[in-house]
Amino acid sequence: MKWQRKEKLIELTISSVGFFSVIILLLIGFFLFKEAFEVFYRAGALKVIFGAEWYPTSNPPLFGMFPLIVGTLTVTGLAALFAIPLGIATAVYVAEVANYKVKEFLKPLIEMLASFPSVVLGFFGMVVIAPILSSWLSPLIADKLPELMKSAHLPFFSTTLADFCHNKFFITSGLNMFTAALMLTVRAIPVISSVAEDALAAVPRIFREASYSLGASRWDTIWRVVIPASVSGLSVAIILGIGTMIGETMIVLMAAGGAAVIPHWIFDPVRPMPSAIAAEMAEAAHGSLHYHALFGIGALLFLITLILSIVSDFISKRYRSVKIGEKV
Amino acid sequence: MIQGLHNTIHEPFELVHKRKFDLKEGFFLTLIRTLGFSGGVILIIILFFVAYNGVRVLSWDFITQPPIQSMTKGGIFPVIVGTILLTMICMVVVLPVGVTTAIFLAEYSKPGLLLNMVNMSIYTLAGVPSVVYGLFGLTVFVITFHFGMSLIAGSFTLAIMVLPYIISTSEEAIKAVPYSFREASLACGTTKWQTIRKVVLPTALPGILTGSILGTAKVSGETAPIMFTAAAFFTPGIPTSIFQPVMALPYHIYVLATAGTHIELTRPIQYGTALTLIVLVLGMNLLGIILRSKQRSKKAW
Repeated sequence: MKWQRKEKLIELTISSVGFFSVIILLLIGFFLFKEAFEVFYRAGALKVIFGAEWYPTSNPPLFGMFPLIVGTLTVTGLAALFAIPLGIATAVYVAEVANYKVKEFLKPLIEMLASFPSVVLGFFGMVVIAPILSSWLSPLIADKLPELMKSAHLPFFSTTLADFCHNKFFITSGLNMFTAALMLTVRAIPVISSVAEDALAAVPRIFREASYSLGASRWDTIWRVVIPASVSGLSVAIILGIGTMIGETMIVLMAAGGAAVIPHWIFDPVRPMPSAIAAEMAEAAHGSLHYHALFGIGALLFLITLILSIVSDFISKRYRSVKIGEKV
Repeated sequence: MIQGLHNTIHEPFELVHKRKFDLKEGFFLTLIRTLGFSGGVILIIILFFVAYNGVRVLSWDFITQPPIQSMTKGGIFPVIVGTILLTMICMVVVLPVGVTTAIFLAEYSKPGLLLNMVNMSIYTLAGVPSVVYGLFGLTVFVITFHFGMSLIAGSFTLAIMVLPYIISTSEEAIKAVPYSFREASLACGTTKWQTIRKVVLPTALPGILTGSILGTAKVSGETAPIMFTAAAFFTPGIPTSIFQPVMALPYHIYVLATAGTHIELTRPIQYGTALTLIVLVLGMNLLGIILRSKQRSKKAW
């Protein structure tokens, strides 16, 4: 019975290769935390995570990651404000509203946007959006508009609102959180919309037919039947979109301004975690505390995305309608 | 008779169909239509912008000449070669592992804790940020394995990054092979492995190839994983060994746009490089999409 032994051997080989991805995941976790341990141990974990000063090259160096963490959270939050409605709307349009021909045209376009090189998006933010903001939008809203308002001599309108515009829309540098958030939106729209579209497509046809037969209009069917029925899939889409934005490196590296301070307003420059790693790794000597601190940031990023993956996997298994999130 | 019937119920029929103009309905559907196009419109705007500025520098010399005078003149030949080499080695490394894992998942795995673990780790790997893969590649391939900043370290890092994508597309392709194919083959007295090798894999091959073309498109545009593992600002000529650092298109754009000494002077080259990268990535992507839709329409079963 030689062939049976051979079959067993092949099965064993293939199964062991199958576990490769588990091993890779464990290895990534192991190496990141091994390299990151040093900074948390030597500088104190709480001090590192909640320290407000990130001066890795000063003497003595300070490794407070809090500005970087806040930078990531704020820029992601701002981008999520744009990306979630746009992504979901794209999915609803493709899955529910568009006719066949438009769909055939739009779907490949969105798929192409998904694999669009993020370095080109960052480049676009740098050379197009940033100059538009700082040399066109800022003079218009911060200078011309308040003057116009003040000349109107109306209460509140020409005082408080004019001052608000003057103070808050004066953009010193186009490379700031807002620019980065805009480009992150472009990055996240295809991710959110492709997963959300799967979720919407998984809603059974009968639901829609029942709704139409009761006399509901198209929008009512979408808003009160299809979206509630697919809410778990839509939330998975949103979580995956947020995960993409948190981990996106090149856009925030090129367009976010790169100042490691806690931002106060949306036009302040920020230095999100991935951009700190990418910008400083070249100058951090191997084995120095700075090197370990950058791995500490990487480990935090890894933990955040791990938690997001587990949560989204839990949601999609718990409220299972379809296997979602596979083809991002 | 039908005409007559129609005439008698003419009025109520019309009444039923006469809907008053619904403001809410019209507003929200228009909103969805407008927002739904945003992604496509943005893509087209960025494409046109880069193409408009980049097409002026794009020429045969730009593609076939090395850069000269500290990057302000000349072409990007070594940069293109670097990206192609990185992508090709990455694919050579990742395809055997990815397809074998897909065979395991589709054919050999049994439901249970182990399968859940594999699936969960693939799902998690797909969400890990690319810069974290870069860090992993740095500590494992560059430092622990002593590869240094090199083509091979970068390719391995990219391979690990694209692995979950290759696995899931290959698994999909293998699972799309009808079960009757396997039954027919097994009924002829073949073993399971023979069935997989001679029947399942050849049938699934187009799907696997399409997935890997799309994966190639993803890989060739990535910057963060190769930043610390393979990419160099400048190398003289094309690499002669896999242990040398390379220049790559995405990194070239980044470096010229942010860290060079002549940022404004090299702007045309930046546009040209961006356009080359986009043409490469989106061309691959388009090829994959077209192949996939052709396969879907061709499928005989």
